[in-house]
Amino acid sequence: MENTRLLEMRGIEKYFPGVKALQKVDFSLNSGEIHALMGENGAGKSTLIKVLTGVYGKDAGVIRLDGKEVQIHSPQDAQRLGISTVYQEITLCPNLTVAENMYIGRGNGAITNWKKMNESADRILKRMDIPARATQQLASCSIAVQQMVAIARAVDMECKVLILDEPTSSLDEQEVEKLFGLMRDLKELGVGIIFVTHFLDQVYEVCDKITVLRDGQLVGEYEIKDLPRVKLVAKMLGKEMDDLSDIKGETESYSGEDADEEVFEASKLVSNAGIKPFDFHIRKGEVNGFTGLLGSGRSECVRAIFGADRVLGGKVKMHGKPVKIKGPKQAMKNGIAYLPEDRKIDGIVGDLSVRENIILALQVMKGFFKPFTKAQAYAFADEYIKKLNIKTASADTPVKSLSGGNQQKVILARWLLMHPEYLILDEPTRGIDVGTKIDIQKLVLELASEGMSITFISSETDEMLRTCSRLVVMRDRKVVGELSGDDLTQSMIMSTIAGGE
Amino acid sequence: MDKSKMKGGLFSKVSDTNLLFSITVTIFILMYASAVIFQGGGFRKPQTLFNILSSNAALIITALGLSIVMISGGIDISVGGVVALVTMSCAVYLDYCPGANIWVSMLIAVGIGLAFGIVQGFLVAYFDIQPFIVTLAGMFFARGMTTIVHTKPFNVENEAFRKLKDTRIVIPGAGSYNKHNIYQPAKIEIGVVVALVLVVVLFLVLRYTKLGRSFYAVGGNKQSALMLGINVRRTKFLSHVICGLLAGIAGYVYFLNVGSGSAAHATGMEMNAIASSIIGGTLLTGGVGNIVGTLFGVLSLCTIQNMVASAGLGDAWWTGITIAAMLCIFLLIQSIVIRQKKRALRV
Repeated sequence: MENTRLLEMRGIEKYFPGVKALQKVDFSLNSGEIHALMGENGAGKSTLIKVLTGVYGKDAGVIRLDGKEVQIHSPQDAQRLGISTVYQEITLCPNLTVAENMYIGRGNGAITNWKKMNESADRILKRMDIPARATQQLASCSIAVQQMVAIARAVDMECKVLILDEPTSSLDEQEVEKLFGLMRDLKELGVGIIFVTHFLDQVYEVCDKITVLRDGQLVGEYEIKDLPRVKLVAKMLGKEMDDLSDIKGETESYSGEDADEEVFEASKLVSNAGIKPFDFHIRKGEVNGFTGLLGSGRSECVRAIFGADRVLGGKVKMHGKPVKIKGPKQAMKNGIAYLPEDRKIDGIVGDLSVRENIILALQVMKGFFKPFTKAQAYAFADEYIKKLNIKTASADTPVKSLSGGNQQKVILARWLLMHPEYLILDEPTRGIDVGTKIDIQKLVLELASEGMSITFISSETDEMLRTCSRLVVMRDRKVVGELSGDDLTQSMIMSTIAGGE
Repeated sequence: MDKSKMKGGLFSKVSDTNLLFSITVTIFILMYASAVIFQGGGFRKPQTLFNILSSNAALIITALGLSIVMISGGIDISVGGVVALVTMSCAVYLDYCPGANIWVSMLIAVGIGLAFGIVQGFLVAYFDIQPFIVTLAGMFFARGMTTIVHTKPFNVENEAFRKLKDTRIVIPGAGSYNKHNIYQPAKIEIGVVVALVLVVVLFLVLRYTKLGRSFYAVGGNKQSALMLGINVRRTKFLSHVICGLLAGIAGYVYFLNVGSGSAAHATGMEMNAIASSIIGGTLLTGGVGNIVGTLFGVLSLCTIQNMVASAGLGDAWWTGITIAAMLCIFLLIQSIVIRQKKRALRV
């Protein structure tokens, strides 16, 4: 089959309030091609897909299908043009039957012929070897089967372009193999497939080409044979292999007599957030970190440590003594503090003042019926506003009127006020300006030199290298390595993340 | 194939909609049977059931509309107000406009209902306003308008209308003998026929048309429905239009039953309709429900009212309390069965 240019997206731009989600992104797809779209979370993959499927309107750019310019305003438009999508999260209706989910929203007939629909659905299910019956209610199928049904729907629509947006995250190996077989069949038929996934192995197994996005911009389009794994990871992270910008801080490390004491130890810790059991420990005055691509499970690990997700198993010791941490409150009682990744959701209470936000955690620990006096609260707030250099009009200003960086500092102040022994910072520097970033990095090292143990997570590897003395590397929700000392380099991190080869 | 072998037990093969429907019908039959056995008398005559139907035809029709809106994930609490407005508007037209024609009065009823449905549906679907709020406003507006149309309640004198109102349809073979051993044929009002025809039509619409299935899809998961290529806004809009249209028809059926216009008519009818729909197996969260179930929901609700009344507890509060208890019991059974089903599937 001759491979012709099927889809062409040129100069696609998309803005959300305050964010440029896509900037001048180009993407093209040939018929009979499996094309991987790679990038970290937030790189713009999903946005690009949603523009292509009409879920979002684009702010600029052209989409051409078979050489003709098309306007896609809704998922219906996309379907009509032969673009089918299977999303990561199941986008089917759980209350309808399997057959209905395969056929609803398609075709022109106003009347449903149940018998015909069930028969053809059963035929497709059988052909694709999907263990479901047409008349079964979708909710009674396992998630993997539901995903397969979504794929069956897309396949049956005789689409020209099939988009698979992380379809494999809920499938087991056999099911993934089945899916790959199907993808190859479709490829033979001349369908162009866009494959989005976090799993590098899978990309190298089925894809022909890779397009990499980063921060809403196009990094480049590559033939799979021209781009070894390590280079792919480097492209995704935006770092060159030989970029060895390892600048250890000038701050002294902690040197008390108890410097070797393990403050926190966990063995076989596992939570309900889908991570594999992991071991972890941190010494007094140590700064370590979890690294890996976004979605590799690093946040889930620290959430398990803090008890923010439901802990399903594993043993936890503090200072060598076994403790039980079932939830955030117990973690806090044990001297663990956690600054969550998404401050908008988990962190700040926007309408409360800076002062109230700062004393919040301490107040929780003290109990709500024993409030602090106003004077105490102001003293605490002023102390930390000064210490962290929080730029606010006064301690009474509502937090939501502060800049992102300063909001982050307020949350940091909240946890520092608790004088934790062990502080977990999950992406404390995301979305804040460079000056504040360096402030926070310095603060981390300072606190460590005073004896606090800190786990630091950041998407920016050089930031991690600058602050951490030991890095736990994660891939696909599993700990795959630990780096310290001379191994702490960009290239080692990348090759550990990439694995394989 | 082995993995998905049906371990789910009794309920796993049945969809939620069919499951709740079976529960409703079973409970209704048990209830009516116990009424026949323990209270005897009137309940043994088919005419009792026909009377229940005749006096509640309007409720059946509004409950059908509410089922459709609720299956689509919405709610409409304006229907009682619309019914009152229809009775008053039609009454004023028939008695105060010279040369009034009953066919035109029917058009007025349908027109009022459609107007409410269209405006409310438009606000809900295209402006993303909560259906509860929109139809709450609709309810106040309808009740207010009723009083503006005419302040005092009055009986309609129009000849043609009185004739239509008194028309009864005889059900052959269902009659019974009274204590003087005189045969009395079983009769129903025209409204019942209208209601039953609508039950059949809407059942077919919901089961077999693209629009009908879209209601379920949108109620099941709005986002998914959109991704599956369903026009979610239009579907929501149409659910309200149909509900409004049915409220208009119900208004006329109610009007035929009572023969008067009044701002106090159909007070709280929307709540009875919601209750009936829920008893009939519609989930307030959307996506699950059955039109025939709704019919049985109304019948269950009205039967229990009659049972309470014939047990000598005719006061309004007793009916209220029994309806409350019944709703609780139904919802409890529904949630237990659905939970059992989910648990069985998880194994």
